[in-house]
Amino acid sequence: MFNPAVFQFLPQFFVNGLMVGGIYALIALGLVMIFKSTQIFNFAVGDLVMVGGFIAWMFMDLGIPPVLAILLAIGIGAIVGLIIERLALRPLIGQPVLAAIMVTLALSYTLKGIVLLVWGGHPQVLPKFLPGKIIRLGGVVLSHELLWTFGITLLVYALFLLFYRFSKAGLDMRATAEDHQLAQSRGISVRRIFALTWAIAGMTAVVGGVFLGMKLSLNLPLADAGLKSFAAVLLGGLESIPGALLGGLAIGVLEDVLGGIIDPTIKEITAYIVILIVLIFRPEGLFGLRRIERI
Amino acid sequence: MRPSGVFDERYEQDVAIVRTAAHWGILFVGLAVLFILPLVTGVRTLNLMNHIGISVIVCQGLSILTGYTGQISVGQAAFMAVGAYTSGILTAQAGWPFWLAIPASGLSAGFVGILFGLPSLRIKGFYLALATLAAQFIIPWCINHVRVDLTGGVFSLVVPPPKIGDFVLNTQFRMFYLIMPLAVLITFFAKNLMRSGIGRAFIAIRDNDLAAEVMGINLFQYKLYSFFISSFFAGIGGALWAHWMRAINADHFTLMESVWYLGMIIVGGMGSTAGAVFGTIFIRVLDEVAREIAPLVGSLLPGAGVGVELALSPILFGLVIIVFMVFEPRGLAHRWEIFKAYYRLWPFAY
Repeated sequence: MFNPAVFQFLPQFFVNGLMVGGIYALIALGLVMIFKSTQIFNFAVGDLVMVGGFIAWMFMDLGIPPVLAILLAIGIGAIVGLIIERLALRPLIGQPVLAAIMVTLALSYTLKGIVLLVWGGHPQVLPKFLPGKIIRLGGVVLSHELLWTFGITLLVYALFLLFYRFSKAGLDMRATAEDHQLAQSRGISVRRIFALTWAIAGMTAVVGGVFLGMKLSLNLPLADAGLKSFAAVLLGGLESIPGALLGGLAIGVLEDVLGGIIDPTIKEITAYIVILIVLIFRPEGLFGLRRIERI
Repeated sequence: MRPSGVFDERYEQDVAIVRTAAHWGILFVGLAVLFILPLVTGVRTLNLMNHIGISVIVCQGLSILTGYTGQISVGQAAFMAVGAYTSGILTAQAGWPFWLAIPASGLSAGFVGILFGLPSLRIKGFYLALATLAAQFIIPWCINHVRVDLTGGVFSLVVPPPKIGDFVLNTQFRMFYLIMPLAVLITFFAKNLMRSGIGRAFIAIRDNDLAAEVMGINLFQYKLYSFFISSFFAGIGGALWAHWMRAINADHFTLMESVWYLGMIIVGGMGSTAGAVFGTIFIRVLDEVAREIAPLVGSLLPGAGVGVELALSPILFGLVIIVFMVFEPRGLAHRWEIFKAYYRLWPFAY
C-alpha cells in the first residue's frame, strides 16, 4: 500500500490537485455567494452545476460555436436560478434552518430527475475546444484544460471581489447579508437581492459545469463534486470569498496528494474527513466570521 | 382535543396513550387487520408492506433525533448500513442466530451514531447536517475498503435468511411476521419514550436548548442519547433489511436513502410518532405509484431518453417535499389532528 518511491511524483500530485481544486473553488463560490446574502446553504449546488453543464452541452450539440453556446447557457442558468428562488426558496424566508436544508435537498433530487428526463442517463462529453496543448515543466505535466480552468477560476474570483467591493448591487448584497431589516430600511429591496443572488449562482454553476464536464464526463455523479466543495467552503469559512478559493485549492491538493501517496481510493472521502475535522476543531473555518451563539 | 364526556381524573389518565374503550377497539381491530392482510394480498403488496415496515423502524429513529431533539441528520442510511453489515457478518460469517444478531446490530449502529454525534457538542443546525453528511460518505467507504474479507467489499455480502429451529423465514410472507411485529413494537416504544423524562428532555432541547440547560438537562448527554436511540433503530432496520434482501451492498445505503427518510418524517410531520408512520406510508406508496406509471409517461413523451423510468420518482419526491415545506410544514400528522378534532365535535363547529 505504501511506497516511498511515490514521493518523487509529489510535485505532480500537487499541481494536479491545484487544478482540480480550481473547479471546487468555482463551485464553492456559488455556495458562498448564496450563503453570504441569504444565509441558506445550498445543498443542490452540485446538481445546479450538472444542469449547467448539460445546458451548455445541449447548445454545443446543436452546432452552436462553443463560446456562444456557453454564453447562451449562462443566460439560461440565470433564469433557472431565478425560477428556483421564486418557487422554492422565497416562501421559506424566516422558516427554521431544517426547512431550507430540506428544500435544497429536495431541489437536488428534482434537478437530478429533470436531467434524467431531458437528457437521459448517458454520460456526455463536452467537445474540447480550448486552444493550447499539454505543457511539460521539468518533470511536471500540465494539462492545458486544467490550466484554463484555473485561469478562469481566478478571473471569476477577481471579478467577484471587485463586484462586491465597488458595484452598487454588490454593496447592496453585502448589506443584505449583514442584516435584512437594516438593509430594507436603507431602501434596498431584499427580495430583488435574493433573486439577483440566485441568478448569479445559476450563472457560476454553468461555468463550473462546463469545466467539470470537460475534465470528467457529464453524468449524475458529477453532483458529488458539488458535495465535496462543501468541504472547501467550510474550510475557508462560510462568509469568505478568498476563503472559498483557498479552501477549494487546499481540498484539491490534499485529495490528490493523499490519494497519490496513500491510496487512490482515499480521494473519495478526503473532503469528508476534512469536514469532520473542521467541524470539531474550528467550526467557523479559517477566515469565517466567528459567531458567538448558544449551541 | 378530548372526546366529549371523557374526563381525566388522575395523572395516569392524562398521559395514557389508549384512553377510551373505543380506542382499544380501534387498536385491536387495526392490529388484527394488519396481521391478517398478508393472507389476502399478493406478493407485490407484501413486498411493499415489508419495505414500509422496515422504513417505519428507521424513521421512528430519525423522528426522535430530528423531529423531537431537533438535531438534523442526513446520515440515517449510513447507520442503517452499520446495522445491516453487523447482522450480516454475525450471521453469515460467525454463525450467530438472527435473534441475537439483530439487537447486536442495533447496539453497534448506536455506538457508531454516538461517534458521529460527538460534534453536536459544539455545532448545530446545518453544521451538524454536514457532520452527518460526512458519516454518510465515510461509513460506506469503510465498508468497501476496510476488512473487505468480512464485508465482501463492492461485491455484495450474502446473508442467510433468519431461521427458528428448522423453520426458515425465506419468503415475503414469513418475513412479514418478523418485520411487522417489530415495527409495531418500536413505534409503541418510541411513543412511550416521548412521554418519559428522557423524551421531554429531548423536546426541551429542541425548543430552546439554553432554557433546557438552565433547567438542569445535560445537553451533551441527552444529545448523545438521542443519537444512540436513533442509530439503534436504524441499526435494527438495517439488520432486518439485510435478512430481507439477503444480499447487501454499500450502494443500498446512499445519501439519497437518507434524504428519503428525512422526507418521510417531514411529510408525516416533525415531532410526531404517528407522523413518521404516515410519512413512510405516503412516500413509499408514492414511489411505488411513480414506478407503476413511469412506462406510461415514457410512452407519452417519446422524445425523452431511457431515463424516464428512473426520473419520475426523484422528481415527484422533490416536488412533494417542496410543496409540503411551503404549504403544510407541519405535515400529515397535523391534518390528522384537525380531522380528529372535527369528527369529535361534529355536528358542532367548536
